[in-house]
Amino acid sequence: MNLKKTMKETPSQTAGPYVHIGTLPSVAGIYVPTHDTPANTGLEGGTPIIIKGTIRDGGGELAKDAMVEIWQANAGGSYGPGRTGWARSHTDFGTGEFRFETMKPGTAGGQAPHVTFMIFARGINLHLHTRMYFADETDANAADPLLNLIADTDRRDTLIASPDPESNNTWRFDVVLQGEGETVFLDI
Amino acid sequence: MSDKPAPAFDPRDRAWHPKALVSSYNSTTLRAPSQPLLQMPPTVSEVSGPVFGHTELGALDADMIRNAAVSGDPVGERIVISGRVLDEYARPQANVLIEVWQANAGGRYRHVRDGYLAPLDPNFSGYGRCMTDSEGRYSFRTIRPGPYPFPNNGCSWRPAHVHLSLFGASFAQRLVTQFYFEGDPLIRHCPIVNTISDPKAVSQLVATLDMDSQVEFDSLAYRFDIVLRGRNGTWFEEGRS
Ligand SMILES: [Fe+3]
Repeated sequence: MNLKKTMKETPSQTAGPYVHIGTLPSVAGIYVPTHDTPANTGLEGGTPIIIKGTIRDGGGELAKDAMVEIWQANAGGSYGPGRTGWARSHTDFGTGEFRFETMKPGTAGGQAPHVTFMIFARGINLHLHTRMYFADETDANAADPLLNLIADTDRRDTLIASPDPESNNTWRFDVVLQGEGETVFLDI
Repeated sequence: MSDKPAPAFDPRDRAWHPKALVSSYNSTTLRAPSQPLLQMPPTVSEVSGPVFGHTELGALDADMIRNAAVSGDPVGERIVISGRVLDEYARPQANVLIEVWQANAGGRYRHVRDGYLAPLDPNFSGYGRCMTDSEGRYSFRTIRPGPYPFPNNGCSWRPAHVHLSLFGASFAQRLVTQFYFEGDPLIRHCPIVNTISDPKAVSQLVATLDMDSQVEFDSLAYRFDIVLRGRNGTWFEEGRS
């Protein structure tokens, strides 16, 4: 191929605190009958799971104005079709918690089962990209190419969700933006 | 997923994008990661992405003058925004979903958490969506938003701006940004604009007055072209990225 890069990517700007208007209008208080943005990925087959978590800043405060997107393979390890496997949530204005209903993904492209996370919020100038892995996939996680790039095991553990002791098939993925326990963010 | 190798993306030019931590924009102080990002070539998880269809859009999604009107048209300067979505190799990007949000003509957002004293407009929500055609072209109609103040080292002002969220064909192309309006003197004072260091990068966020696209005796027009990450000519094999 003989391609030449002639243009620069449009620079990012923060999604700001009112991101919900354009992305989750009902959360902002706007009723748009044609808008359907599920907190459910639309996947079928496999084990139904719930993913819950919070986003904490460097001062230990919960970010309660964020918008969160996930993207994942189905139980067979395939992506799509269409927007199947994608979902959007927000950190609740009261509790600070995001929540997704989905199916546990399978192994895709030689990688351990994982869910891609993108985080958009006020004060985040270019959205943060990370991944959630599953604590019960010990062998697959040990062989995962991305996890193996993280030498520090404490940091590697920031990408591994743990089962919620209070509810079945619920996984907790708490993100820390900065400082002690800071989540590993990706440039992929 | 097929076994066909997919073309890869280069890493983002993070010196062109805003830095994560910029002390003049207070909200970054506790939200910017302090550790370096983990770099890895894209895998199937980033080269794939949600694909949206034109049929998912409502008939008035791209008409923000009418899509929330209850008793007439909203107050403010009527404008049409149009442009093209290309990639870094100048190739048009078809079927890109663009989500739009903005304040009304007085600088007030219709959002449960915006308490700015400027009034809400009963005929305007600031919500919109559109999608690029096969040539990468998009357009939507709206009201020019007003500037508004926000708490930041005292009081800072945002220039008039419109927020955009874009989905290309891959999650690696995901982009959320804002555009500004040519000639607005608040642009140079804005701490959020100034998170970008290169003036050429800032100028890429300024929509230009486009007299040729005006709707006579109705609306002025602005042009705003958008560039998403491009897949380069290097091919990678799935699972061995
Ligand atoms: Fe804004």
